[in-house]
Amino acid sequence: MRDVAVIGIGMNKWGELWDKSIRDLVAESALLALDDAGIDKVDSMYIGTMSSGLFTDQEHLASIGADYSALCPIPCTRVESACASGGLAVRMGFMDVASGMSDIVMAVGVEKMTDVDGNGATFALATAADQEYEVFNGVTFPGLYAMMANHHMYKHGTTRDQLAQVAVKNHRNGKKNPLAQFRMEITIDQVKNAVMIADPLTILDCSPITDGSAAVILCSMDKAKELCKKRIVKIIGSGSATDTIQLAQREDISFIKSTAVAAKKAFEMAGKKPSDIDFIEVHDCFTIAEIMTIEALGFVEKGKGGPATADGLTAIDGKLPVNSSGGLKSKGHPVGATGTAQIVELTKQIRGEADKGRQVKNANLGLAQNMGGSGASSVVHILEGM
Amino acid sequence: MSSPKYWREMPQRYRLEAIKCKKCGKVLFPPRLVCPACQSREFEQTRINNTGKIETYTVIRVAPSTFVDQAPYIVAIVNLEGGVKILCQVADCELNELKIGMPVNLEFRKIQQEGEDGIICYGYKCVPKL
Repeated sequence: MRDVAVIGIGMNKWGELWDKSIRDLVAESALLALDDAGIDKVDSMYIGTMSSGLFTDQEHLASIGADYSALCPIPCTRVESACASGGLAVRMGFMDVASGMSDIVMAVGVEKMTDVDGNGATFALATAADQEYEVFNGVTFPGLYAMMANHHMYKHGTTRDQLAQVAVKNHRNGKKNPLAQFRMEITIDQVKNAVMIADPLTILDCSPITDGSAAVILCSMDKAKELCKKRIVKIIGSGSATDTIQLAQREDISFIKSTAVAAKKAFEMAGKKPSDIDFIEVHDCFTIAEIMTIEALGFVEKGKGGPATADGLTAIDGKLPVNSSGGLKSKGHPVGATGTAQIVELTKQIRGEADKGRQVKNANLGLAQNMGGSGASSVVHILEGM
Repeated sequence: MSSPKYWREMPQRYRLEAIKCKKCGKVLFPPRLVCPACQSREFEQTRINNTGKIETYTVIRVAPSTFVDQAPYIVAIVNLEGGVKILCQVADCELNELKIGMPVNLEFRKIQQEGEDGIICYGYKCVPKL
């Protein structure tokens, strides 16, 4: 297997982008990434999107993406694994370069979610759950994570304030990220007293509906040494795993096993352990998700994610900064783009290019965790500065 | 869920039909073609137990369009006797009575209706055990 480096990153400003089409979103980040790498062509391309069909009536994203990025006739492949589509697109690009099939590959993640109304978005997102046995009975995605939260609170004593602290911390980071959707600080009381969506989760425990994209350019290490004028960032570990589509069928309702399995593979490939890692980006689609993922990744013991968050472990100046970008909570969650944007953030941090106030000190080794649905799929990457 | 999909025969939805793996004894609901525990493809027909306990729950306040009229309503994961866990609504239960570990029974109930004059979709819900 060949060594693979990230040589280009691009991400547009996320939010409600009513003046842009999904094709524009792909091209915006693709062009930013090409410019960042200082190149104008790649050998192949992967596009991660969860449901461009339900959100925008547009399928065949691989072709429209390559076309409007002026990259035809290169091969382009659409990758889908619900909210883990973007992370999986990066993994496919990594495999493409590592195998020797391609020298330079672009992975783009995109979702255009505000072309439909709230009901339309709820419907599209729910297709990541089990339609016949979960959605049929009236559960929503906030509902699934709310059941995990209640289970975690009952089993481990996690508190309402600890959940809220995840949102407070991520908004504090996101405020300093000019590309983030919701750049305001919030308080624990605001989170607790916001509109209830599915008990115990209020609207401020939930990530928003977002339009956005992100792109990374991956390259063989030999070629990266020739081309890359910035600090070379190497992908030293990649892991991916699946779990039951139904939350009910998992042995432990509030443990994300697919993340634990994917992380184990990524750590093995990298030859690293959790205590080596300087900072991480995780999939905080709901506040409880960040608590569960730092446990599944092995950074804290099972059940200790809440107290660790309250004690400041995961703050930007803590021992393990989590979601320096603002996370899904503040930066936004255009589902297919989220996993790709995590790799953009890790690269930015390792290069020392993060915005003032959210640059992690000594950021050399970072980890990204991206998951689909209620955790039925997970992708984990570990990146290191050379 | 569209009508054609609902009309498809799904005995497990109405009669709680499940399968039991002949090799490892695991009861699977809904039925599958291969056992996720031991990869066996040999099964015998069984029925899931209709009594169990609430393992976790939530109250859906912001509902999908087909359930808006029912909100707020309770959704739970129920651990049925015999080892099968399912997700379903909890009916006939006051919100302040609801708690993890509460014993419940499964009952045949109306789940949703496809619009005002649409077909009525039936299935299972659980109710507090008296």
